Amino acid sequence: MLSTPNHEDDILLKVENLVVSFHSSRGKVDAVRDISFSVHKGENVAIVGESGSGKSSVALAITRLIPTSMGTIEQGKILFEQQDLLLKSQKELEQIRGNHIGMIFQDPLTSLNPTMRIGKQIMEGAIKHHKLKRKEARDQALTLLHDVGISNPDKRLDQFPHELSGGMRQRVALAMALACQPKLLIADEPTTALDVTVQAQIIALLEEIQKKRNLSIILITHDLGIVARFAQHVLVMHEGKIVESAPVEALYYSPQHPYTKRLLSSVPRIS
Amino acid sequence: MKLTWFAASLLILITLFAIFGPLLSSHSYYETNLSLKNSPPSQEFWFGTDELGRDMFTRLAWGARISLFVGIASGCGDLVIGVLWGGIAALSTPKIDNLLMRIADILYAIPYLLTVILLMVVMGSGLFPIILALTLTGWIGMARIVRGEFLQLKEQDCILATISLGASRSRILFHHLIPNTLGTIIVTVTLTIPVAIFSEAFLSFLGLGVQAPMASWGTMANDGLPALRYYPWRLFFPALFISITMLSFNLLGEGLHHAFDPKSRR
Repeated sequence: MLSTPNHEDDILLKVENLVVSFHSSRGKVDAVRDISFSVHKGENVAIVGESGSGKSSVALAITRLIPTSMGTIEQGKILFEQQDLLLKSQKELEQIRGNHIGMIFQDPLTSLNPTMRIGKQIMEGAIKHHKLKRKEARDQALTLLHDVGISNPDKRLDQFPHELSGGMRQRVALAMALACQPKLLIADEPTTALDVTVQAQIIALLEEIQKKRNLSIILITHDLGIVARFAQHVLVMHEGKIVESAPVEALYYSPQHPYTKRLLSSVPRIS
Repeated sequence: MKLTWFAASLLILITLFAIFGPLLSSHSYYETNLSLKNSPPSQEFWFGTDELGRDMFTRLAWGARISLFVGIASGCGDLVIGVLWGGIAALSTPKIDNLLMRIADILYAIPYLLTVILLMVVMGSGLFPIILALTLTGWIGMARIVRGEFLQLKEQDCILATISLGASRSRILFHHLIPNTLGTIIVTVTLTIPVAIFSEAFLSFLGLGVQAPMASWGTMANDGLPALRYYPWRLFFPALFISITMLSFNLLGEGLHHAFDPKSRR
């Protein structure tokens, strides 16, 4: 396992005092309450927590994907390569999304456009960001599909999402996110909607790709089994706050916060 | 399903009639022959003649041209304005969305016939003013439907995933939202076309639409009305064509609606 690098200049993403709130009929609700953390180059960070703990809001806030009609980032800084994403214009954000930060989402059944062929969806990002020609983009999509472990990639390119299984669709979603060689991949519960054997494959694939491309990955999940295997650093979120932040071994062997202890003891064990 | 095909083939027949009808007959739509006025359907005049002895068959074919043209042109106008308006509303901030949709509500609240008649008074009667008037009053339904669909789609992961890949707003609109709404849009257009056709016929019937000697189904029905007791074919044929066209478009729209919506398939 990689030893966690600690140099300041190795930091890829630094989130400082982030506060995100959502508008509801009963006023403002703080979903993320003053959290700070950082992600180093090539590091896997996991954010764990129960439903409603604010972990997905963090993921959406990093790329500023929270719709203004629903919520706002109240305060804080999101420094990606020393640049504050909160100060960027919409146009600048479009350049960063996909190009420098890729994302994959929970439900592969809904995260692909049902009316567009797989190949075209994968090529979209590279054509926009890297100004590739269609032919080059198609070749690249072919390699990507191969990399994410899809058989017969040249046939799959021209298929529609409904012709693929859930696990394959998540692989396609991953290929889309990787198309522009982002430095950071945010995976928002990428395995929750998949069955257990496929979950393991997807996690193994993420690990393999992370090593190959020296990516940083933020994995958001409530599955502690995945975290133990995958991450180097774990952030435990509860009610919008980070209650514990520790290297993975420390967290599992000596959890400090009572909530972390409860979370760990809630994992069903067969023994 | 059979009914849909039936309706589609009727529409094809009407279109063929509109295109080739005037070529089939040896008379023109404006040629009068007072000695042969009000003659019943015969071998010479398949659908009879009117009070000036003009051939009803040719005039009905010209009417079909006008009706289909008005219907399709204002359907396309509705499509463009409605999709853009609804799409922009759905993709903008809530404030702009609110503003755009309230403007649409206000326009919708004015009786559409009043708008149409006012426009025709200002612009004079003719084909273009009718199409413009029908478009200006007809796009609101489309805008509402498109906005509703987009708001629903916008929350879905596939759009979020596209935004997370850095796609621009126009790309999301034209490559992701519109293709996913195409079924609904086509159905809505198919159902607005007969409304436009009927409105044109109705306006012409009131004397506001197409002027003589140009033939429109509405004008012909209006001309035939006083002679209903003695020369019933003069009202019967235009009314029949209006009814068949309306029915076919509605059946086709209904069929397409079922075909595009997997939930309503039996």
